[in-house]
Formats: sequence, C-alpha cells, structure tokens
Amino acid sequence: MSLLVPDSGLLFWMLISFGVVFFILAKFAFPMITKSVEERKQFVETSLSEARSAKETLAKVEEDTKALIAEANKEQGRVLNEAAVQREKMISAAKEEAAEQARNTLEDAREQIRIEREAVMLDLRREMAALSCDIAERIVKEKLSDKQNQMVLIEKMLDEVVKEGDAKEVSLS
Amino acid sequence: MKRRLLILTAMLLVACMGFETEARASSVDEGGGVNVQHIIFEHMLDSYTWHITKIGERDVAIYLPVILYSKTSGWHIFSSRRLHENGGSYRGFYPAPEDGAHAYKLMEKMPDGSMVRPIDLSLTKMGLALLINSFVLLLIFLPAARWYRKNRGNAAAVPSKYVSFVEMLVLMVEDGIIKPCIGENYRKFSPYLLTAFFFIFTCNLMSLLPVFPGGVGVTANITVTMFLALCTFIAVNVFGSKEYWKEILWPDVPTWLKVPMPLMPMIELIGIFTKPIALMIRLFANMLGGHMAMLVLTILIFIGFSASVAMGSSMTFISVVFNIFMYALELLVAYIQAYVFTLLSAVFIGSAQVRHHGD
Repeated sequence: MSLLVPDSGLLFWMLISFGVVFFILAKFAFPMITKSVEERKQFVETSLSEARSAKETLAKVEEDTKALIAEANKEQGRVLNEAAVQREKMISAAKEEAAEQARNTLEDAREQIRIEREAVMLDLRREMAALSCDIAERIVKEKLSDKQNQMVLIEKMLDEVVKEGDAKEVSLS
Repeated sequence: MKRRLLILTAMLLVACMGFETEARASSVDEGGGVNVQHIIFEHMLDSYTWHITKIGERDVAIYLPVILYSKTSGWHIFSSRRLHENGGSYRGFYPAPEDGAHAYKLMEKMPDGSMVRPIDLSLTKMGLALLINSFVLLLIFLPAARWYRKNRGNAAAVPSKYVSFVEMLVLMVEDGIIKPCIGENYRKFSPYLLTAFFFIFTCNLMSLLPVFPGGVGVTANITVTMFLALCTFIAVNVFGSKEYWKEILWPDVPTWLKVPMPLMPMIELIGIFTKPIALMIRLFANMLGGHMAMLVLTILIFIGFSASVAMGSSMTFISVVFNIFMYALELLVAYIQAYVFTLLSAVFIGSAQVRHHGD
C-alpha cells in the first residue's frame, strides 16, 4: 500500500531537481543544440545548392570550351585545305610558266638555228658555187686543152641541157 | 564489440552480486525464514539512510539529513544516524509500521498517544538519488551545450564524437517524437519533453546501476512519476487551444448527448485526468515491476538455500540466468518507458493544440 502513496518530501526534492534541470537545460542546452542543428542544416543546404550551381557552371564552361575547340579544329581544316589548294594552284601556274618559258626559248633557239643554218647554207652555196666554178674552170681548162675532148664535152653538155629542158617541159606539162 | 560485451557481462555480474549482498544483509528474519515482503519493501521504498553495503559487521551507509516540521514542536533537523543509533526513533518520532500507508516514514507521537505524520522534507535516499541523477544529466548535456555556444554562428564546425552523440539523442527525440506528435507548434514544448525524456531515461539507467550512485529506482516511485505526469497535465491544459476546450465542453456529438445530461463533456473531463494518471501509473508500474522481478529472482536463491543446499545451488543457477535476461530486458524497458512517456505526453500536448477542426 505504501508503494502507492505519494510523499510530499520526495515531491519537494523532485520539484527542486527536475526544476533545476529543466531550467538549465531548457535555457542553455536544448535550444542551443536545436538551433545549431538547424543552422547547420541550412548551411548544408545552401552549400549543396551552391555546389550544384557551380557544377552546372563548370559543365557549361566545359561545353563552351568543347564547342570552341571544335570550331577551331574546323577552321584549321579549312585553312589547311585552302593552303593546299593555293599551293597546287601556285605550283601548276609556275609549271605552266616554266613550260611556256621553255617553249619560247626553244622556239627562239630553233628560229636562231634556222636563220643561222640558212645563213650557213647561203654561205655554203656561195662557196660551193665559187668552188664549183673554180673546179669547173680548172676541169674545163684541162679538158679543153685538146680539141677532141672539147668537142666531146660540148656534146655531152648539150645533151644534158637538152635533157634538162625536156625534163622541165615534162614537169611543167 | 567483444570488449563491450565483456563490460556488459561484468556489469550484469556486479548487478547480481550487488543485489545478493543487499538481500543477504536483510533477508533473514527472526524465525530464520526469508521475509520476501520486507526485502522488497526495503528496496523499493524510500528511506532516511542510503545503505550501500555491509563489510563484515560494519554497515557502509550514507546518513542523510532528516528535516521535519511538526505543528506542535516546530522544526527538527538531525542526521539519520541518530535514528540508527536509537533503534529507529528519535525525539518523539517513530517509524510507521510496514503495512501502513507510510511504511517506515517517521511519525510524531502526540501527547494523546496518536501518531501524526509531520511535514517531512528530509533528503531521503530517493531525494539524493534524484539530485545525483540530475547532476549526471547536467554533466552529460552541459559540455555538449558549451561546444555549441563556442561554435555559435559557425555552421561549418565539425562536432566531436561526444557532441554528435548527444546531438543524435536530442534529434532522435525531437525529430522522432516531438515534431510529428505536436506539429507546427512544437517549439514551445520541446524543452520540457526533451528534459522529461532524458530525465526519465537517465533515472532508469541509473537505477540499473548496481553500485552506489545508482541502484535507486526513482522512476519506480509514484511521487516522481506523479510529478512528471503533473507537468504533462499542466503542459496539456494550461497551453491548450480554444478549440481544445471547446471540444471538451461542447464536442461534435448529437445534442441529446450534451444537453439535459452533459454525458460527453463529463467523459471528456474525466479523460483530462485519466490521461496523466495513466502516464503516472504506466511508468511507475513498469519500473517497479522490473525491479521487483529482479529482486524476487535473487530472493529465490535464499529461499532455495533455506530449503536445502542442492535446491539453493540449482536456484542460484536459474536465478543468475533469469537475472541476466531480466537485466537486458530492463535496459530495453529503461529506454522504452522514457520513449513512451515522452511520446504520449507529446501526443496529449499535440491533441490540445488543435487549431481548425475538420478543414
């Protein structure tokens, strides 16, 4: 029975101990702890969102960089292509010019050669004529030393002239 | 893990030994038999001295101050050693009989021979245990609170293991019980409920400690649970909203249940009182029951030995095994009862915070 009877003395001590504990903890401990935890929660949340936005920014920057690099690559290809085309063009032009030059030179040389040859031929012909005249003179001089020979020669020459004339006539007709 | 298990086992052993020495000190009555009721009462009831143990023939005890106020003879303040020296009585104060309402409490003998209970503010065993438990509670929380004060405004500070453990406990109660049960208005009641939870939990654990600063089941005392229930009663009814009182005095039921005979309001009004009384009885009975079970299991050893040595030996084995089981169970109950008290208090407070009914 006595177990179920509350005691005023113990109630007094309970009031003191619980009251003091409640006062101290409610004033100094629990609000401090819960407030700090809330602050930390807030801090973590803001940190997380900041990290997220930073990550997003980073991803955007990365994307931009990639695009930039791709464009640069494209530009590079284009420039290289152009350069190649230009080079080809330049080379072929140079080749053509060289060929033209060579042809011209050759032509000139040929012309020169022809002119020179003609001059040489002319000279040669003149020399030949003079020479043959000379030889002919000498032969004729020698051959005409006796009468008979002179006659034979005249005959022969006449024949030849006649034959030549005939041949000319034939070719004319 | 292994070491923790070892410590736990050692604690359990010491617990059994503690109970056994205690029980041995006072178990044998005049006839040589075992007075079970006496042992249990001696352990569960309050007392003016804190008897710790007996070394040989010498009692190791703390003699606490007795503070009495009598209407006829005024204040009396003396050490309980005087009672001990004089066979329990001193200056006209005599201990009440064991089977009365005030077992072992001091009564004043009036000139006409009647016994009157004086106003008794003695710092008893349970009073001192309450103070010690409160001190332990402050010792747990204030260092942690100091860390928070030191790191105020610095949300990036990393708490130590100890501080995070305390924080975990606090958040467990606040996020697990208080917030969901009370709702948006929880901030006002949070300190009380947290204090109640940790006060009960600490007292429960301390009562399981077998040696000096612990071992006193203050939460198995109806005065302590009554006080706690009273606090909840005040928190529920003093801070109750208008709608709460409207629902009690004019509930949403058919009018004939309210008008000639206020049936429902009566039931609701009784409910106001039964809720805290249930709180009081639940905590008290659970803690008392656990301690009694452990005591009875220990007493079984003495009962066994008073029959025969073989009986006593086998009883010892059974008792130790069951006591270990009970001890583990009591550890669980220590937490569960603190949790249940706080949970129900929070639910009652939350139900008194209704704002807009039905929309």
